[in-house]
Amino acid sequence: MSILVNKHTKLITQGITGKAGLFHTMQCRDYGTNVVGGVNPKKAGTEVEGFPVFGSVKEAVEKTGANTSMVFVPAHFAGKAIVEAADAGIELIVAITEGIPVRDMLNVHQYLKGSNSTLIGPNCPGVTTADVAKVGIAPGFIHRKGKIGVVSRSGTLTYEAVYQTTRSGLGQTTAVGIGGDPVHGLNHIDVIRMFEEDPETEGIILIGEIGGKDEEQAAEYIKSNVTKPVTAFIAGATAPKGKRMGHAGAIISGPGGTAASKVKALENAGVYVAKTAADIGHIMCVALREQTGRCQCNNDEECR
Amino acid sequence: MKLYEYQSKALLKKATLPVPASIHVSKASDVPAALKQTGIKTGVVKAQAFTGGRGKAGGVKFFRSVDEAKSIASEMIGMKLVTKQTGPEGVTVNSVLLEEASNIEREFYMALLLDRSKVNPVIMISPDGGMEIEVVAEKTPERILRLYPEIGQPLSDKLKKEGADFLGLTGENEKQFGEILQKLYGVYTEYDASLLEINPLVLAKDKGLAILDCKFDIDDNAVFRQAESGGNPNAEKTEAEIEASSYGLNYISLQGNIGCMVNGAGLAMATMDSIKYYGGEPANFLDVGGSASEEAVAKAFEIITSDAKVECILVNIFGGIMQCDTIAHGIIAGVKKSELKLPLVVRLEGTNVEIGKKIIQESGLNIISATDLDDGAKKAVSVISKNK
Repeated sequence: MSILVNKHTKLITQGITGKAGLFHTMQCRDYGTNVVGGVNPKKAGTEVEGFPVFGSVKEAVEKTGANTSMVFVPAHFAGKAIVEAADAGIELIVAITEGIPVRDMLNVHQYLKGSNSTLIGPNCPGVTTADVAKVGIAPGFIHRKGKIGVVSRSGTLTYEAVYQTTRSGLGQTTAVGIGGDPVHGLNHIDVIRMFEEDPETEGIILIGEIGGKDEEQAAEYIKSNVTKPVTAFIAGATAPKGKRMGHAGAIISGPGGTAASKVKALENAGVYVAKTAADIGHIMCVALREQTGRCQCNNDEECR
Repeated sequence: MKLYEYQSKALLKKATLPVPASIHVSKASDVPAALKQTGIKTGVVKAQAFTGGRGKAGGVKFFRSVDEAKSIASEMIGMKLVTKQTGPEGVTVNSVLLEEASNIEREFYMALLLDRSKVNPVIMISPDGGMEIEVVAEKTPERILRLYPEIGQPLSDKLKKEGADFLGLTGENEKQFGEILQKLYGVYTEYDASLLEINPLVLAKDKGLAILDCKFDIDDNAVFRQAESGGNPNAEKTEAEIEASSYGLNYISLQGNIGCMVNGAGLAMATMDSIKYYGGEPANFLDVGGSASEEAVAKAFEIITSDAKVECILVNIFGGIMQCDTIAHGIIAGVKKSELKLPLVVRLEGTNVEIGKKIIQESGLNIISATDLDDGAKKAVSVISKNK
């Protein structure tokens, strides 16, 4: 088991003919994902690197049975691309594109309320189910099949957490990057709920950052709904107020939303919070040991 | 992107919202002609700067004559305005707004922004205008009303009435308030505002409601379609920040002495956090992005080393898409070009890490290698303390 993507995933890429879109579609295929084609209305009927190109998502779904889409369409048009995927009945839409205006994403969010599609992102690295399938831009080689579920607002910090658990031997079930934008699809709570229900996931790593209340709400949820050990790291303790730290959503505005308030909420919920990003893997191991009595990683003497 | 008050008011005026007569000047010598043109006799000179709390800091002053206005303007233009929000370094005032005085009966607060938790715009209304809303929210939260308009729909009459009732407005005032609310919501949406704050909205004697001051921020992701707003996306950035962004680098200058170069916004923040955790101070936030070229990395180096505060540089790269050998070549090019004398700590991990490490080793440059983020931060901090 795993969450969101698996061997039944049939992936298409919207924006497959762009440089990044094509490169990452090939990387996904190399990782083992069943990629069934891509979409570009101007190049319909052609083929790139062995991938058939369709004129619309609807056509791609009809001809290939695609159930998942990865969106690389430029920011100005990405909102429409997500809506098109939903209209065509795509179950899981993973939007990689960075820089989509908030107003466009609000409209998308409103529109998706009436559909059966699940959105991840935008401005995210995507989803990887270790050793099975990858939808997104994460480097495949850092993942190993295992028992930790990772959910994160940051791309490179997802890689840190994944790599640390790979090296310690714990491995991952699925790693999910939910993205760094203020308006996004799945949030921490949604993904944590899935990990709690997934029998193969034994521990959860939550990575957050300054801005918004996602982590505070996740803390409330964890307190009363999650039985598995949870480890967290919050980036941005040193970020100055009112400055946007790279991610559109990473800005402290008004009261709350600081790293300190998030850490406090998580600790109050019994979450093990790592003090630095390099310590995430180790703290996950401590959490497993203290809460379940076993960790079985190869990092710590006590765990073996 | 932030708009100055004069830019914001031009947009509000265009939307037929009630703003007092005003005129924007950049030179004190232009004041007499400007006042003559607008017919303003008494009023206020308002410093144009991206900060609240201007009044207490001497950035808003009354005038009763042309000469007085001119002399206030000449003092204000070029001055450093230091407010609670700017910190001790303050901001330079480059121009002023001359505005007709209003005869204020009551002051209200209004703001339109995104409620991230509810994934919906929110209109905040309070009868406590002219005050800091953070203080109101903390001390008397019941004096703030939050209205949630339905996305994609015009503002409902029900919401308008709720807002007017909350402020105790009736008759003509209630009607005017409804119109203002609707127009503001239109401006907020049309211009992709991330914040449109009116503080205060005033009820003036015999004149109805008017917008005295406003704060207008535009979503950075939407700047490409908001050229008409008149805003300058670089207005708030330093020269180094502007140069960095032209190379696709995300750079924010800070106060410390350890320069950072990192890929990914989250990891860049985490690197700053680690430096602080081990007793150091980061000199900057710098995200080279997921697909930076060798040239961009070399440029990043140049920008960091041109900051005189920097005493040590920490490079932290988790190469996913961006390969470690590319980074290594960029680092070497940057070190050579800038004739770097400062200690350099490098942590590389990820794709092609072995090749990257080998390139650095064989370069013969004096580079301190770190095994992970914590090790890198510790080494950077200890190098500085040793040198002192």
